[in-house]
Amino acid sequence: MATSKPTVAVYKFSSCDGCQLSILNMEDELLDLAGALDIAFFLEATRSARPGPYEIAIVEGSVTTEHEVARIQDLRHQCKTLIALGTCATAGGIQALRNFADSAQLATAVYAHPEYLKFLKTSKPISEYVKPDLELWGCPVNKAQVLEVIAALLAGRKPNLPAHSVCMDCKRMGTSCVLVDSGTLCLGPATQAGCGAICPAMRRGCYGCFGPAGQANTESLSGTLRGLEHYQGEAARLLRGISGYAPAFRTAADHVLEAAEGVK
Amino acid sequence: MKTIEVPAMARVEGEGGLFIALENGKAVEVRLDIYEPPRFFEGFLRGRYLQEVPDITARICGICPVAYQMSSALALENALGVIVSKEIRALRRLMYCGEYIESHALHMFMLQAPDLYGKESAFELAEAEPETIKRALRLKKAGNQLLKAIGGRSVHPVNVRVGGFYSWPDPTPLKALLPELEWGLDVARDAVLWSNTLTYPELEVDYEFVALHDDHEYGLMGGQVWSSRGRKLSVTDYEKAYIEEHVKWSNALHGHTVDGSTYIVGPLARVNLNHAQFGPAAQRAINEAKITLPLKNPYKAFIARALELVQFLEEAIEIIHGYAPTGPAHLDLTLKAGEGASASEAPRGTLYHRYRLDDQGLIEFAKIVPPTAQNLPRIEADLLALAPKLVKMESEAATRNAEDLVRAYDPCISCATHFLKLKVEERQA
Repeated sequence: MATSKPTVAVYKFSSCDGCQLSILNMEDELLDLAGALDIAFFLEATRSARPGPYEIAIVEGSVTTEHEVARIQDLRHQCKTLIALGTCATAGGIQALRNFADSAQLATAVYAHPEYLKFLKTSKPISEYVKPDLELWGCPVNKAQVLEVIAALLAGRKPNLPAHSVCMDCKRMGTSCVLVDSGTLCLGPATQAGCGAICPAMRRGCYGCFGPAGQANTESLSGTLRGLEHYQGEAARLLRGISGYAPAFRTAADHVLEAAEGVK
Repeated sequence: MKTIEVPAMARVEGEGGLFIALENGKAVEVRLDIYEPPRFFEGFLRGRYLQEVPDITARICGICPVAYQMSSALALENALGVIVSKEIRALRRLMYCGEYIESHALHMFMLQAPDLYGKESAFELAEAEPETIKRALRLKKAGNQLLKAIGGRSVHPVNVRVGGFYSWPDPTPLKALLPELEWGLDVARDAVLWSNTLTYPELEVDYEFVALHDDHEYGLMGGQVWSSRGRKLSVTDYEKAYIEEHVKWSNALHGHTVDGSTYIVGPLARVNLNHAQFGPAAQRAINEAKITLPLKNPYKAFIARALELVQFLEEAIEIIHGYAPTGPAHLDLTLKAGEGASASEAPRGTLYHRYRLDDQGLIEFAKIVPPTAQNLPRIEADLLALAPKLVKMESEAATRNAEDLVRAYDPCISCATHFLKLKVEERQA
């Protein structure tokens, strides 16, 4: 099809499909979006699939197999702009919990014949293999942010994405602090905004699914969290969750675990 | 040797391929190769704290996170021997209604309808049938708004915990959704009429249908497990009748009955087994559209989904009308060691969970049986039945027909990995 519209491909790696679904969940904008873009490859939405090169490739999921390593390297050559979509693509996702465990043992817990499986010992972000042009965090991503990124790319400008923490959003929204009020462990002070601070609004602590904020003082926070634990190991588990392989949270969890060892 | 290869399967959640082996022109073997990478959820759940489980298992599937959250919560509550209040149960049902509306609208109109119209995608269908797709998107949005009002967001909502909810959602935004849901109920009624006028590929199968059953409501959470072969069990005995096997070509486990036979879960099974528990709107819709039950054609899961849209829209409206939260939004749990199992009906079929806890509330063992793992052997059997027809077709047409069948099941390969490259291999006898 001859067209001047930018070609876009949406690819899936190891993931739950939720971030791609966030694209399909733009109910009000989806048809306009499909009109403004030349969707060349998006298996969740269409069976017509064209090979690269693409102007924009959007990648959901983390890299967990040799095949995916080859695929992401190939895709990097096939596109001008590579967007890592969601916390699997930016930090390895929940399946990166295998990076802290013996993956062979994990496989045995699920499968009768682990020898049938082909997988890497780690689940890693796209950036550990190729350089993405943009990383959009979230588990799942915020669809308004996806739209902003696409609109910015089409207009040739820099996307306007928040750099502050969830904590700031709570203050703006007038949500009283769950950490101060009820001693609930919360990663809000160290987590990137973008979700709308929904967890504290529901009276629970933030679990960091949008990844660490740029200026996060995770050291000070992890000390506070350890002091508020309701059960042993709560702070380390909170840090080592959805975004647990993101460097700032990874280091903070290590410190918390070391401190706990020291007390013993 | 003749080999035909086609691109990965579209409009399903996750990735896989289809392999058909021929001997003297006759199909002898059909395999769905699932190459969606394994993620080992049951492995890394071990050692996690029970309240983390609903947030972690939600990430198994972005399309039906509520199903994972509910099955987790129900199984863990069974392990602790607690039962939630009627109010909490009603809100759980309402949240599940949101997921059904969103997921069924997505699957019917955006994933399966393009097949029934011979189109490549909903975008292409939107050019031919703009009003249908616009209505579908609006309906899907209503489901997502309901999820957001209860759970903070539609994908991986954050309000579900073992024992109930973190907090009662504000009634105002819920009540504000009523007009949109009333509109949706009309759209769903029309969709039932429309669904029964479409032409479906011919294939009637004597399936064993399996679904949760409740005498007093449309089976959704816990209760009994009924089979169309007459088997009735408590949900906690699920594994006594239905087991999983690890086959070489698939990162998704394969389910079968203890007798080794295939069975299917999902909308066809639910509607066939539980239509007597439908509310007045869905009962009327069956009569108005003159639908003959049971439905035994896998493509007609489309009709079953349309009926369920009516059911869950009607229920959502009813629950919101009665929503006046009182008492605590969740139980205070006393930790103790134990084991518990339960299941709930994900939009694509029965989702069973079993957990063992230690006395500190940490997971010692987790087992999750997703719907697609249970349906895979049956999908393969259906494809084998379809194979004589497929091998006479051109490669493109054969792929398309095979894909249409697989898509009709609404498989969630991400959940089950546990889609489609068609490879036909001609073997010498």
